[in-house]
Amino acid sequence: MVVKVYGKAQAVCPQRVMHCLMEKGVPFELVHVDIDTMEHKRPEFLQKQPFGQVPYIVDGDLELFESRAIVRYLAAKYADRGPNLLGRTPEERAKVEQWLDVEAINYNPWAFPIVFNLLVLPIRGLPANEAEAGAAVDKLNKVLEVYEKQLSKTKYLAGDEFTLADLTHIPATRYIVENCGLSHLLDDKKHVKAWWEDITARPAWKKLSSFVETGGSNYSP
Amino acid sequence: MGSVTVYGPPISTAVSRVLACLQEKDVDFKLVNVDMAKGQHKSPDYLKLQPFGQVPAFQDEHATLFESRAICRYICDKYANRGNQSLLGRSGGGPAERAQVEQWLEAESQSFNPPSSVLVFQLAFAPRMGLPQDPAAIELNQAKLARVLDVYERRLGESRFLAGDEFSLADLAHLPNAHHIFAARKDDMFASRKNVARWWEEISTRPSWKKVVDMYSAAPPA
Repeated sequence: MVVKVYGKAQAVCPQRVMHCLMEKGVPFELVHVDIDTMEHKRPEFLQKQPFGQVPYIVDGDLELFESRAIVRYLAAKYADRGPNLLGRTPEERAKVEQWLDVEAINYNPWAFPIVFNLLVLPIRGLPANEAEAGAAVDKLNKVLEVYEKQLSKTKYLAGDEFTLADLTHIPATRYIVENCGLSHLLDDKKHVKAWWEDITARPAWKKLSSFVETGGSNYSP
Repeated sequence: MGSVTVYGPPISTAVSRVLACLQEKDVDFKLVNVDMAKGQHKSPDYLKLQPFGQVPAFQDEHATLFESRAICRYICDKYANRGNQSLLGRSGGGPAERAQVEQWLEAESQSFNPPSSVLVFQLAFAPRMGLPQDPAAIELNQAKLARVLDVYERRLGESRFLAGDEFSLADLAHLPNAHHIFAARKDDMFASRKNVARWWEEISTRPSWKKVVDMYSAAPPA
């Protein structure tokens, strides 16, 4: 039975999960959730994801939500295939967890309002909160300055291998760089820029991008 | 063993999250205060431990770490055979069991923490620091937190703890913020929800949490 991912392909959090599945070469079916008509806030959906957010997955008997919990689960379950995304010792894993949490707690709170105000609201024809976006850009820049220092010491955030800690950054950052006119936030930082170019050149990320663009719903390696 | 050091003031919510985990795991530690009022958390020496200038930082003989929930996960992995051994799922439960804990730990960090952190600052720390409170921020975040607690109320009607039948890191992560909201006597939204109230009573009376709260009123370590 194939893993089912419930969400909208263009949304950041489902992309995190689909990218991870592609890195691991695990087949899945994307089941479209119609965010635009508020499907995710209706009772049937709330039975599965009580916060009314995407994605959730169904893997056999297991149902799981929160994209960062899902990718941790997938990386552990499929540890034997594809790249090692969680480190090999408790200390290596701790570094992965540390930078995963940095993304969740120090990076995402600024990345989200940037993408929401500068991409999502305009697409919906709704007015954006420019001040909120501007403040978030300044905060994100300061966070990226810390990333620059780290990435001058290690090739990837948690060490010398690509891990979940790098992966979870990609979907939102892609929108910031490609759709919000903010590529300079990364381009003016030598090591961040090199890291970004490296991780977005990964075949699985390219595959995910084209899957989203072509309206894919079934993936097999 | 005996080389665990935690840096930060114990009353910080993120610091006390780590202390609660160390107590649950029966792992000895040294606490080194960081005087945030004097800006110690932005000093060059501290930034070597925590480059974002936040508390806590953590060291043992193998690792230097930051981010309280990442530190907690490491403590559970590294000291797997000590103290409470089901904080990341029951042993032998595999990725699926741990995934339930991770799901609710992420729910805590993404849904519970943002509004409750604002309330903790507004209700517990701003008065202490002589800063004015912001009634609009309090009202907005109480409304957001109420919606989160509605989800918890349903969940805790199906399950004794958030991730299942055992107390886990997912429950533990909530202790610091909820404690301060209760201490500021703004706990109506917890008390008025039957299952949440039952859950809170159970988790907040654990001996390990009481030991952390006792540290709040002790003199800060040198």
